[in-house]
Amino acid sequence: MSCSRMENKILGYVDGRLKESERLEMEKHLLTCAACRVRVNEFRAVNVLLDELPMIEPSAAFDLRVHARVASEPAKQSWWAWFMPAPRVAFAAATLALAMAWVGSRMPDSALNAGDIDKINQNLPVLENYDVISDFAPLSDLSQQAPDDDPSDSNQSQQM
Amino acid sequence: MLDVKAGDEQSFTLLLHRYRRPLINFLYRMVRNREQAEDLAQEVFLRVYRAREEYVPSAKFTTWLFRIATNLALNSVRDNRYQRMEISLDAPVTAGAEDGDEKILDVAEKHPNIEQHLIEETRKKMIRRAIEKLPEKQRAAVLLHKYQELDYGEISKILECSESALKSLLFRAYETLRVELAPLVAQQAKQ
Repeated sequence: MSCSRMENKILGYVDGRLKESERLEMEKHLLTCAACRVRVNEFRAVNVLLDELPMIEPSAAFDLRVHARVASEPAKQSWWAWFMPAPRVAFAAATLALAMAWVGSRMPDSALNAGDIDKINQNLPVLENYDVISDFAPLSDLSQQAPDDDPSDSNQSQQM
Repeated sequence: MLDVKAGDEQSFTLLLHRYRRPLINFLYRMVRNREQAEDLAQEVFLRVYRAREEYVPSAKFTTWLFRIATNLALNSVRDNRYQRMEISLDAPVTAGAEDGDEKILDVAEKHPNIEQHLIEETRKKMIRRAIEKLPEKQRAAVLLHKYQELDYGEISKILECSESALKSLLFRAYETLRVELAPLVAQQAKQ
């Protein structure tokens, strides 16, 4: 192992974080390289010196301040929470929707067939003019004479 | 953290008790100011709390926690640098203004063996200064490696670099420390 290859492993060796094979390789190199031995010793010394720095303790009010900040956080709401302020309203709306669906399912089928639609279309002009026809004086006279007329004529007048 | 995610407030308190000390110490050594370190630590815990519902245990909790802390610390260090540049134009620098220096004098006055105490404090001051002099990313790497004892994989995730880049970063940092602390290192190496 060359010294340049050793650079990135020297700290791992000092810390004891190298794999067994890497450690053995490093020790083999150290037997023959005085410069690297010095470097290892100096890195060990740096490591020991870094241990001399004392730890500081959190201030007495630290926990309280964290809890106060957490407590002042607005509560997170999911989309489902939108319903939560008025659960009774949501329940009433759901019941109403179910009731409408149930009533709708019980209604008779009122769909018209093609024959019924043709019949309505034929009578539509008569129905449109119904108000005019009902107030038309000559027709009131005609209705009195109707029993004497041919039945086919009366049908025609109704169709007008 | 999974219990916190499930809404267990008690578990958040446990997390706070377990991690506040290492977190504050890491931040203190990054930003060099105790009050600021505590403010940043509060911010870290607040972000953990906010993100509890999105938390996915894909990485170790400590990796996630120190990633938040490192990002906040690096931003704070950069902001402080600009602030200091602005202040230095207007205000004179006063001796003993830093946290550590003030504390040294307070304790030294009460210490029975002042001379010995001053020697120890001078050593600590030198070590602290040597760490402070490191570029931010190197400093974060050393602190996470040495004091939090995180493995290379975790630190490389926190610092968003490859493991080989991290090893190189740590090597450069230790080289700088070795030079900065040369008198102490020589003394230590003899023992």
